[in-house]
Amino acid sequence: METKDKVLMINPEKCTGCRLCELVCAVKHDGFSNPARSRIRVMKWEMDGVYIPMACQQCQDAPCMGVCPANAISRNDELNIIEVDYDKCIGCRSCVAVCPFGAMGFNSIDRKVFKCDLCDGDPQCVRFCEVQAIEYVDADDVAVLKKQTAAAKLHATSGKVALKTA
Amino acid sequence: MALDRKIAYINLTTGDVEVKPIPLDVRKKYIGGRGLDAYLLLNHSKKGCDPLGPANPLIVSGGILTATCASATARTHIMAKSPLTGLLGSANMGGFFAPEMAWAGFHHLVIKGKAKTPVYLFIKNGTIEIRDAQDIWGKTTTDTQWAIQEELNDQEVKSLVIGPAGENLVVFANVMTGIKNAGGRTGMGAVMGSKNLKAIACRGTMDIKIAHPVEALEYNKRFIDQITSAKVNKTQGTLGTPMIWGATNSWGGVRTRNFQYNQCEYADDIEPENIDEICEETMGPYHMAGCFGCQVHCRAQYRIPSGPLKGTYDEGPEYTSQGAFGGEPDTPRAETVLVGNHLVDQYGMDNLEVGSLISWAMELYEKGIITSKDTDGLDLRFGNDEALLEMVERICYRKGKVADTLAMGGIPASKIFGKNSFDYLIQVKGMSNLHSDERATPALALNVATSSRGSDHLRSRPAIDLYHLPEKVLHKIYGNPVAYKGKLSSEHTEYIGKAWQVFWQENCYMGVDCLGICKYHTTFLGATLPNFEDWPKVLYYNTGLEFTPKELWDISERCNMLERLFNIREGLTRDDLEKGDMLNHRYFDEPCLRGAPDVVGMMINKKKFVKMIDEFYEHKGLDKNGNPKPETLKRLEIQNEPSHML
Repeated sequence: METKDKVLMINPEKCTGCRLCELVCAVKHDGFSNPARSRIRVMKWEMDGVYIPMACQQCQDAPCMGVCPANAISRNDELNIIEVDYDKCIGCRSCVAVCPFGAMGFNSIDRKVFKCDLCDGDPQCVRFCEVQAIEYVDADDVAVLKKQTAAAKLHATSGKVALKTA
Repeated sequence: MALDRKIAYINLTTGDVEVKPIPLDVRKKYIGGRGLDAYLLLNHSKKGCDPLGPANPLIVSGGILTATCASATARTHIMAKSPLTGLLGSANMGGFFAPEMAWAGFHHLVIKGKAKTPVYLFIKNGTIEIRDAQDIWGKTTTDTQWAIQEELNDQEVKSLVIGPAGENLVVFANVMTGIKNAGGRTGMGAVMGSKNLKAIACRGTMDIKIAHPVEALEYNKRFIDQITSAKVNKTQGTLGTPMIWGATNSWGGVRTRNFQYNQCEYADDIEPENIDEICEETMGPYHMAGCFGCQVHCRAQYRIPSGPLKGTYDEGPEYTSQGAFGGEPDTPRAETVLVGNHLVDQYGMDNLEVGSLISWAMELYEKGIITSKDTDGLDLRFGNDEALLEMVERICYRKGKVADTLAMGGIPASKIFGKNSFDYLIQVKGMSNLHSDERATPALALNVATSSRGSDHLRSRPAIDLYHLPEKVLHKIYGNPVAYKGKLSSEHTEYIGKAWQVFWQENCYMGVDCLGICKYHTTFLGATLPNFEDWPKVLYYNTGLEFTPKELWDISERCNMLERLFNIREGLTRDDLEKGDMLNHRYFDEPCLRGAPDVVGMMINKKKFVKMIDEFYEHKGLDKNGNPKPETLKRLEIQNEPSHML
């Protein structure tokens, strides 16, 4: 599978807040059901019915990579992911502190940091999300898809027929 | 492991907490969830105990598969003796509470006693703390949940709560979690209120080991594909349960003006498509929410579009609220349904019971059995939206004679209203019927009459009976995992074979309730959905336990019989109009006046109906009076219950 430059694209508007992504992520990686082990988490404002899935953005200039004193975090260009080398990791959690998205987790059962690895190119959160609130797309396409949606919205304000979007 | 989840016994009078493991042989006999709850209720309650007294055990549980890698294991089950019926109290709800309780280490809670002042339980990773709730007493269901999250400084805390109705001991007060997930029926909120227990809050990060994670994940994908490919679930995921409103109403299956008509006229305003349209401005194109791990996502989200509560967020309305605040009182207007739904959510009351009882009171008012003197001047006519909504509030706070009387439940109220008010009360075992009208559907009428928790559509309803499936298909569904040699009929107005279908569904629904899975994931609204044949695999991959389909069927039958034993102990007799398996006389005496040609003129034939009950008892292994035969109890290995093993 060609995975280079593919990214997670999250559309919170579509999210139903069911948290199946958290469940399958934890089971796939660790064999346990436990949201505390999930690489993706759905942040919820139940009183307003707002649900926003949060996951690693696999940043180009990743703060976690920059802050790591043990050089344990590196970019894997083959899979387009930021990964942790557990042989080098000293468990200082600087990466957890510095991540602007809260995407680097710390698992207090195994005493290890953990993050999204895109399931080596077959992200289970995407596979199980029936409403497609999480999609796995070419990095180039993200902006195009967003342009399409925004354009359709603009078109709709003209009062003409609604357009189909991806 | 799911199997290492514990059971906690909590005494609110003494503050004692005892935690025990659930032995494997108990699991193999009762599985978990509602089935094990039934065992615990029978074993921990004494005959004739006061439902609102400290000795009534309140049991809260998740299923054996709760929070495992199976689909839609969101259900929480609540059981106790019911203050509404005096018989089995049992309620089931979605949301996120049961999974959080499982991650916090527990599958079952047995709560006894009564706290001196209002308290709530906080359960976190194996520990249980009783905390003061005096500051949150009086708050609505949602405000209670946010206040607890704030007090514990943790947004991930999930709570099961009561609202003001539960505190005020309205006997059909419910328990709630989230915005609108309700353990609605049989007054479990009043039981909580009677114990001074405002809420149970959970937070857990304890691992649930999946026995065979790779297989569980792959099987779950197949399971979900099977579920989401069913057209009924696709529609459900766009419109929610109101998807059935239009078809049911136009056909003539919605009781209106209490029970005077079987169709609500001019009801397009409350169709889900219309509600979507008037809410779209604030909600946007995506407006459905899901319970834990569920891909059906049937909970609609809305903001009240106009009036004094304009902009207020809520979820629903479900089909039940359409009937309760639209059909039965004949007020089919979107704003009325949306506001009525919001009020019961906030107060914590069963929407179905509230709507049914108000509509009953409206009929009594129009017939002169109660007067404007009794209602403090409120013009309680059918079609009066304002009076309807006013009554919802009055019932919650027990304001005025009529509302306070209704808050005691239908049968006690009928004794106070007197005259022939009881004849107009549409109930079974003291609990109001759903707004569906079963006069043209004997199978559904039998289900309502024999349901273990009083009149109910989620205990044994063969809903697919309305689809006119070919007999061959019916035999394929209803002939597994136990062969059925008798005849089955595709015709919904028939009486042939319906007793078996109701018996089969009763076992099927007990099965999902033991597993902790939602009923939309089994043979309820969709004929192609998983049941006994599919469950052994899900159980094996997730827990490592091995069952055959027939073994699961036997367990379901056993657990249903435990519920029957409880009801018999508390006074169920076959033909008793207050506590028996019998319908209101109107089903047999008043023909349907509206609807499709094959519905107009229909009513239940009493002779055939009685024969159907005989057959149903035979399938269940009961004698003619509805009591279990000794050999049945022996076959189900419950001849020594209550055995007080757990």
